[in-house]
Amino acid sequence: MALLEIRNVTRRFGAMAAVDNVSIAIEPGEFFTLLGPSGCGKTTLLRMIAGFDLPDAGAIFLEGRDMAGTPPEKRPIHTVFQSYALFPHMTVSQNIAFPLKMAGKAPEEIHAKVKEVLALVHLEEKGAQFPHELSGGQKQRVALARSLVNRPRVLLLDEPLGALDAKLREEMQIELIALQRDVGITFVFVTHAQYEALALSHRIAIMNAGRVEQLDEPSKIYGLPVNRFVADFIGKCNILDADVLEASPSGLKLEVKGLGEVAAPPREGARKGERGVLAIRPEQVRIGSPDTHHDLKNHFTGRVHDLLYVGDITTYIVELPNGTRVEALLPNSAPGRATFFEVGDAVRVAWRHDAGNFLRD
Amino acid sequence: MRKPRTETVTRWLVSGPPFLFLFVFFALPSLIMVVASFRYPGEFGGLAPLVATRAGEEAGLTAENYGVFLGDWIYFQILTKSFGVALLTTLVCLVMAYPLALLIARSPKRHRDFMILLVVLPFASNFLVRVYAWMILLGDQSVFLRPVNYVLAQFGIEPVSLLFTGFAVIVGMVYVHLPFMILPLYTNLEKHDPVLLDAAQDLGANAWNRFWRVTFPLSLPGIFSGAALVFIPVLGMFAIPEILGGKDDWMVGNMIKEAFLGTRDWPFGSMLSIMLTLAVLGVAALAAFLAKKGTARA
Repeated sequence: MALLEIRNVTRRFGAMAAVDNVSIAIEPGEFFTLLGPSGCGKTTLLRMIAGFDLPDAGAIFLEGRDMAGTPPEKRPIHTVFQSYALFPHMTVSQNIAFPLKMAGKAPEEIHAKVKEVLALVHLEEKGAQFPHELSGGQKQRVALARSLVNRPRVLLLDEPLGALDAKLREEMQIELIALQRDVGITFVFVTHAQYEALALSHRIAIMNAGRVEQLDEPSKIYGLPVNRFVADFIGKCNILDADVLEASPSGLKLEVKGLGEVAAPPREGARKGERGVLAIRPEQVRIGSPDTHHDLKNHFTGRVHDLLYVGDITTYIVELPNGTRVEALLPNSAPGRATFFEVGDAVRVAWRHDAGNFLRD
Repeated sequence: MRKPRTETVTRWLVSGPPFLFLFVFFALPSLIMVVASFRYPGEFGGLAPLVATRAGEEAGLTAENYGVFLGDWIYFQILTKSFGVALLTTLVCLVMAYPLALLIARSPKRHRDFMILLVVLPFASNFLVRVYAWMILLGDQSVFLRPVNYVLAQFGIEPVSLLFTGFAVIVGMVYVHLPFMILPLYTNLEKHDPVLLDAAQDLGANAWNRFWRVTFPLSLPGIFSGAALVFIPVLGMFAIPEILGGKDDWMVGNMIKEAFLGTRDWPFGSMLSIMLTLAVLGVAALAAFLAKKGTARA
């Protein structure tokens, strides 16, 4: 049985459905992420799980029990708020002791648990300090410690890393993974940062306009997006309009306007004459001088339109004869070499016949 | 770094006039009061000369007034009672103002300004008129009191009188000073981040705990400034005890007024003023200290 089950949940604000018939089952010990652009309904869904908002239709079950009649303070579910929401008039220790006090625990037990959880988040020395004396990362850890200290069944995290700078953010991501593994508590993480979701989660639900577009493991979400929205939202993606010329169990033959025939991996249910797009990741696209890559099934010549050097890799934007622009990644693995091609160079782009995905619009 | 000359000139032009005003009309008179409290009263009011002009005349400086104050319990008692009235008024104001300030602070933003306007609206009419209105409301012929006394009479109980009692003084004091408690409390409560209450609830706090462990401690600076704004004016108030109170309800303010306008003993009145000022400063220092302690954490 799933630990947390969201069954056909709908929440409307006026005529707009912020959450539209969403069903998700979250397993014990899972690091589950709700990912989507702002306004996709992920925060509304999180507030309903916490109990701050109630579904208009459908129900939320925790360990098989309907949560509808249970107010937030009675749910064994805690939230880490985006702004941390630390109590400014309490010390770090008092903040962490708060949920234990509310649960009516004995002072000795509170003292021991606060000490234990302070060690868990590496803040042993900060117990007597006030929140305003802490850095952003430290506040974040206090908020985590406070939410974890009396071991909720589920921990909700509402864009908890949003206020941190990039480097700290990466550090906290690694800490979060370790923390979740150590405490074994189910995490439901809300974010609009795709790479964060891919790095942290066991499973991801991609949300858009109140609906779940795809629910899968990170590698499946990235490698096998089910539709154009997911392909476009997660990572970078070249999207080429394509018609199905031939469909067989071994592969698809597509017609890309102005380019000609393109071979693509098979897709269940694809029929001849169907319209859609070919989605292909920049790292799947090889780039070389015009006389290379003849061995690959799909190869086209073009000119470098622009390039973006970011140190470890360079992204080349290649304009094909039909005016389509395709992005290709090239690792800068040769020492001292920043770029292999310059703007205006004639190049050949190519990709394997089993790379990319044919998606219906 | 040296400031440009024009900036210094501008600064003096801006801050000079108020500085001069306060010096001439506040600092200097305060000093005169201190000196006056050590002098002898004049024969028909005012002050006796510093140098005797004829034989047997009291002249020069004396600490006699302070001796009288410290030598008779009655002054200490009246000062203590004034503190009691001020304290009680402050507490009643706090208990009445807190729920109202909370209600306004948690109302939709578009309603708040109107509600605050209602709170300060009484200031638009004259203070004395409003206090005299209470004479009618609390008087023996008041529509509130007459039915009560009628019922009491049926049981053979003596009619009660509210006017010219300590109760009437407290009612008047609370009525006049309530807005001074509501406004600082509202200003404080309005700034509280609502997500803190969400967090408290999320972590298991019921409504009672959310108030006593989050809202109340965070509002302490507002309580301290509201208390100071009520306590200090009430301590020196003479009009309300005079209009609504009886002879036993005299406060230190009434004594000062009586010394200047009644017995025409200016030095004694000055001495009482100075003692009151010292007491008020003591309370203000305490309030500032407590408020600072409260805000240091917020």
